[in-house]
Amino acid sequence: MMRFSVFTYAAIGFVALAAGAIVLPDWAMFLFAMALAKGLVCLGIVGMMRGGVVSFGQGLYYCLGAYTATLAANFLGVSDIFLLTLLSAAVCLLVGLIFGPLLSSYRGIFFAMLSLALSMVLYGSLSKMSFIGGTDGLNIGAPTFLGWAPEGRPLQTALYLYVVTIVVISGALMRVYFDSEQGLITQATRDNELRVEYLGASVRTVMAYNYAFGALLGGIGGTIAVLALGHVDPEFAFWTTSGEFVFVAILAGYLSVPAVFFAAIILELVRSFSSLYFPNTWQLSLGIFLLIVIVTLPSGLGSLVSRRKGQNT
Amino acid sequence: MDLVATILVDGLIYAGWLFIVSVGLTLVFGVLNILNIAHGSLYAIGAYASASLVGVYFAAGGDAFPYGSYAALILAAVLVAVILGPLLERGLLRYFYGRDEVLNVLVTYAVFLILEDVMKLIWGVNPYFVYEPYTLLGTVEMGSLFYVGYDFAVIAAAIIVGLAVWLTLNRTQIGKVVLAVIHDAEISQTMGVNVKRIYLGAFMSGAFLAALGGALTAPMISVTPGLGVNVIIVAFAVVIIGGLGSVPGAAIGALMVGISRAASVHLLPEAELFIIYFVMAIVLVFRPEGLFAKTQARKI
Amino acid sequence: MSNGLLEVRDVQKTFGAVTAAKDISVSVPQGSIYSLIGSNGAGKTTFVNMVTGYIKPDAGTINFGGRNIAGLPPRQITRLGIHRSFQIAQLCNELTVEENMLVAGAIHGRTRPSFLRRSDDAQARERAMATLERFNIAEHRNRLIPELSGGVKKLLDIAMAMAGETQIMLLDEPTSGVAADEKFPIMDLVIDALRDEGVTVIFVEHDMDIVNRYSERVLAFYDGQIIADDTPDVVLSDTEVQRYVTGAPA
Ligand SMILES: Nc1ncnc2c1ncn2[C@@H]1O[C@H](COP(=O)(O)OP(=O)(O)OP(=O)(O)O)[C@@H](O)[C@H]1O
Ligand SMILES: [Mg+2]
Repeated sequence: MMRFSVFTYAAIGFVALAAGAIVLPDWAMFLFAMALAKGLVCLGIVGMMRGGVVSFGQGLYYCLGAYTATLAANFLGVSDIFLLTLLSAAVCLLVGLIFGPLLSSYRGIFFAMLSLALSMVLYGSLSKMSFIGGTDGLNIGAPTFLGWAPEGRPLQTALYLYVVTIVVISGALMRVYFDSEQGLITQATRDNELRVEYLGASVRTVMAYNYAFGALLGGIGGTIAVLALGHVDPEFAFWTTSGEFVFVAILAGYLSVPAVFFAAIILELVRSFSSLYFPNTWQLSLGIFLLIVIVTLPSGLGSLVSRRKGQNT
Repeated sequence: MDLVATILVDGLIYAGWLFIVSVGLTLVFGVLNILNIAHGSLYAIGAYASASLVGVYFAAGGDAFPYGSYAALILAAVLVAVILGPLLERGLLRYFYGRDEVLNVLVTYAVFLILEDVMKLIWGVNPYFVYEPYTLLGTVEMGSLFYVGYDFAVIAAAIIVGLAVWLTLNRTQIGKVVLAVIHDAEISQTMGVNVKRIYLGAFMSGAFLAALGGALTAPMISVTPGLGVNVIIVAFAVVIIGGLGSVPGAAIGALMVGISRAASVHLLPEAELFIIYFVMAIVLVFRPEGLFAKTQARKI
Repeated sequence: MSNGLLEVRDVQKTFGAVTAAKDISVSVPQGSIYSLIGSNGAGKTTFVNMVTGYIKPDAGTINFGGRNIAGLPPRQITRLGIHRSFQIAQLCNELTVEENMLVAGAIHGRTRPSFLRRSDDAQARERAMATLERFNIAEHRNRLIPELSGGVKKLLDIAMAMAGETQIMLLDEPTSGVAADEKFPIMDLVIDALRDEGVTVIFVEHDMDIVNRYSERVLAFYDGQIIADDTPDVVLSDTEVQRYVTGAPA
């Protein structure tokens, strides 16, 4: 069978998404940008899922990234989007490298709840810090792009293309990782830790890597989200925010990278349409949707396109 | 009265409440192996139901015998358990037994989302107040401080609940069967235990305890949407600290969290919101499966 | 006598009231083939588990290559060249036979496992296929584990353990769960492959014909203790061994 390279897929993905900059109306472009930013966070969860754990606390990095960018913009006067992204990515990676090894010996519910606890600690702390806005949060101004300071539709378009670029690059890199030797070891870990340890690899190291990647992606996602929204508050770290990320990850499954962003877009669409048409029951619609997904697609959307027989055991 | 005593009393009151809301969660996990996020919704529904029932009670002339409102509180919890218990367990959860733990958390998260809106549909978004049962027991003077009598009633309720659950599990025939099912559902099934009934019973008990927690809390607060969101996270922490599925664990966890939070409120208010997670993290560092979890090395 | 490749000295292990290892001392010379016999619960797997790091002995030393490895984690002991197979084959059920082998290859590659190099590049697959062929299971390469017969699972389990530089191989009941007519062919294959590589072998076995045919020396376990340590003829005709282990006179 002919196998296209990751780069071909990335190029196709980029063109398809970038076309959105021309065809999408303002509201949809904003929705897609937010969905893709959140998709980045979810991609991090999917990376962990491949190793057999699910973090219920990715809001931690989403929030940390958003606050880092906002504080850098408000107090250090940084407005360049590349610099902001780099800064929050670095901060989140650092925090991820600290917590990763600590969390790496936990599995299942314990991993999920501990990561959730960490995000709730951030939520609690930020809510109490009135000097950076407390529960009201902070505003952030429009970013600049290497000195260029667009406004209105051009700003929105630039931001959208920026997130598309990052999504395509991160998606491609994660695909390369998933298909790599380390990626295969991660999959083996999900399946049989004992075997992996007895082959001479450290399961904890595998877990710590995946956690750190998740932190990095979470921080980048948070940065883009806050730039798109113009505002951040501690809710970014609240458990229901993290719950939605897990929702997207489960909806996508761990087989396909594009499925993650597809799932994120679906969730944003379902959310905005149900809040439009059922303003009082959008959570209800979301819950029912989630149940339907779990029942009908136990291996996620990705299983529709991937050849792998994920639930065959 | 000195600080230590204040912290202890406040801590005990909070721990009593925590225990009531967590013990049902741990029981359900022990039997069904499902960590039920919708436990928070059941709590909130219990609060709404009791606010409504107590309201009805006083509207129907309950002032003549205000203590009857306590019966209304408990009746509210029973109603929630009897109506929602079978609906959720038979109607949904039973299809997920034996599936991945984390996936099941997500199933109950979906239920949680659904119930959040269902509550708004039934009770609207305006707050409910039923303060009568709260003031009924007067105040208790301790040293220079006054405590509301009802707060101590909550501690008493927690002790009664704890004893009832413990005695049922360890001193009755049905309790032995439940313990057998917790140990190994499949073997129990082959030995003639009606596992389905045990699952349903355990879930209904859990639902009752969640609703009872809400019902008892309703008089102390204004009942508004979003009530269950925070409760569930706190209850999770307690249950994880104690060891999933352990009733004594939930008691110890509730005490640890209750007293630490009271200490933090008085000594370090900034930390109040996350002291719970701090305690949980410390416990898990030393006991990765919680205090009372039975860890077994896998034989290979 | 401290010229053994593996020197086990006075090792003890109890699980609550159960004594799983009591005063266990063994010296295994390089290149030899040892078998461990004993009834269920005698402590054979516990011995394997202690040597390979799954269980830490309560007391005693396990010397290998001039250092005491008792209490090291499995992955470090594996890295030193002591590999094992399992009573119940430990495989990755969601992966195919070939992918299982690729996992082993990735961990034991020429370099540290890479984040960029494809796990199934031509070189890696070639290596994996060579090992699968050596163990005669290459034809199953695209099948998932649950579809395999007991014998193929056991062989894959051993093949994966052989991916690295093996000095000592501990096989825990290589023929359990294997169809009767496959036992000898499988043992022939495995012992040949291990001999070719000059690997020292210790295998746990309940079938005395296999013990007799393949091992040079036998350790008989009873109640956590070694009650005989000699050549197969001597051990199998030992009255104590007959009473406690083999059941009937050999
Ligand atoms: N992890 C453990 N925890 C508790 N007891 C254990 C553990 N591992 C082994 N045992 C006990 O130690 C004793 C020796 O067990 P071991 O597995 O070594 O026996 P074995 O000789 O391999 O038996 P078999 O032929 O059945 O495999 C048994 O009584 C067993 O129950
Ligand atoms: Mg054994």
